[in-house]
Amino acid sequence: MKTTGNKFKIQNLKLRILNLFLYFLLIGFTLAVLYPILNVFSISLRPGDRLLSTSLNLIPDGASFHAYKVLFTQTPFLLWFWNSSLIAAAVTITGVALASTAGYAFSRFNFYGRKSAMVGLLVTQMFPPTMLLLPMYIMLLKLHLINSYLGVIVIYTSTALPFCVWQMKGYYDTIPFSLEEAARIDGSTRWGAFRKIVLPLAAPALVITALFSFMTAWSEYIVAAQVLQDTSLFTLPLGLKQFEASMSTQWGLYAAGSLLVSVPAVALFLILSRWLISGLTLGSVKG
Amino acid sequence: MKPPSALAGKFDSERFSPNTFAYILMIPAAIVMFGVVVYPFMYNVVLSFSNMSLRHFKDWHLIGMRQYAEVFKGKIFYIVLLKTLVWTFVNIFFHVTIGVSLALILNRKIFGRAAVRTLLILPWAIPQVIVALTWRSMFNYEYGSINLFIAHFLNMSPVEWLGKPLEAFSACIITNVWLGFPFMMTIALGGLQSIPQELYEAADIDGASGWRKFWSVTVPLLKPVMIPAITLGIIWTFNNVNIIWLVSNGGEPSDQTHILVSYVYKAAFNLYRYGYAAALSMVIFAILLTFSLVFLKRTRASETAY
Repeated sequence: MKTTGNKFKIQNLKLRILNLFLYFLLIGFTLAVLYPILNVFSISLRPGDRLLSTSLNLIPDGASFHAYKVLFTQTPFLLWFWNSSLIAAAVTITGVALASTAGYAFSRFNFYGRKSAMVGLLVTQMFPPTMLLLPMYIMLLKLHLINSYLGVIVIYTSTALPFCVWQMKGYYDTIPFSLEEAARIDGSTRWGAFRKIVLPLAAPALVITALFSFMTAWSEYIVAAQVLQDTSLFTLPLGLKQFEASMSTQWGLYAAGSLLVSVPAVALFLILSRWLISGLTLGSVKG
Repeated sequence: MKPPSALAGKFDSERFSPNTFAYILMIPAAIVMFGVVVYPFMYNVVLSFSNMSLRHFKDWHLIGMRQYAEVFKGKIFYIVLLKTLVWTFVNIFFHVTIGVSLALILNRKIFGRAAVRTLLILPWAIPQVIVALTWRSMFNYEYGSINLFIAHFLNMSPVEWLGKPLEAFSACIITNVWLGFPFMMTIALGGLQSIPQELYEAADIDGASGWRKFWSVTVPLLKPVMIPAITLGIIWTFNNVNIIWLVSNGGEPSDQTHILVSYVYKAAFNLYRYGYAAALSMVIFAILLTFSLVFLKRTRASETAY
């Protein structure tokens, strides 16, 4: 009796130590995640003459929203914001439209070339970024389409599309086929069954597709840096990089801009992350 | 059979056989993919056999395998390849170990779980460019907070993060580990939640220790979810030009921090060696394709063992 009691106590103690350790680990990681974000926030609040400071205080002495004011009134930040929004919206709409239809075809019909097309989509993920960017860039140069949004929108859509099609296909696979059969018996057309029955049920996957397309377009730098060379056409990442390049003078602008650019992306991401988890795991298991 | 369409010219999906309907659904995506993936890919193949550069932009011609020979001839390719392998391995190792550990902790019923999970996802949600540029500023020698921390709390002399090859490469890795673990954590968390609780209860009845339960229940059931994620993670990390390019500012110091994709990006867009860059792109693609085929085949083979 006594020994088992002791054993129980020791186990209990061990569990407590383990829990304590896990809490420390969790707190450590949370701090490591939060610190860079708070650091940027802190820099954005620094008054102009104290940008280069060696203080580790999170709220700087003489904190002000000066950088934000300058960002809106003296830099093309709003214009860049508009450019980015335009491109991201176009990519999101095309991405959702193309992936929802193509994914449905892959999920429901056993047509010729289905399997190789699916594998082909996967293979595009292995292309190094320059593989398509370089030929497209040369093509755009020859067509004098450098500095046009069309090029960027098309490239972004094609980068996001393979993942989105797989994702949609995986989700459609979980929707029972009998639902469409029932609709068809009730006189619905094939297109009608897809649009009125399946598409609404696939809303979570559509949301992920939209999120993924949006994020691709919103935060892309490498392609935009080559295709968009005119400052007035810049997207936000290009603009921020320009602030960063002259770190000493415009550090505050960079920090304030980064926060404002991250906020919409982070907000969308966190709101939608519930579906993200189920969507991703479903997609990967079924894939 | 069916009433004729009331509106002439209205999209009538009944006219087609099922497979034709499938093709019609696919056409828009297929056109886009063909125009911006298949065609550029072929063009890249042609370029890789050509001498195109800024000097030979209009008057380029095919020169056979010479660009490929150029790729394999220099020592630089092997050095950069080795760095790429180190980069990929170290990153994925930390992504998976940190991600899975955090998922295991978050899968327990602990206080503040939902809030912590949301906070830990943040690095994934923030645009990569901003992550990279922000860490670059944190690695600044004089004013970056990392050196300030080192000086303030560890009482050590500051590290010249961005000025020396090894330190700059480590800086890139630290940044990429920071931004990459939430993806693995999220996938692992999803996988853990789909493991039926009864399996653990059965293991308890059998008197299995926590360690034993982890290796006999958790790991095998997590594996099918993690393998595709790890495969994708490896490909994405191998191909991640963003972080290296932005944290080390295009390979600084003196092109010592390049991985293959940033090296080829530089060859193409800073040095205008189009033919050479196209050939190197093909080599990178071949490496990734071979890896994926072998990796997926081997993991699939081991899956049937369970």
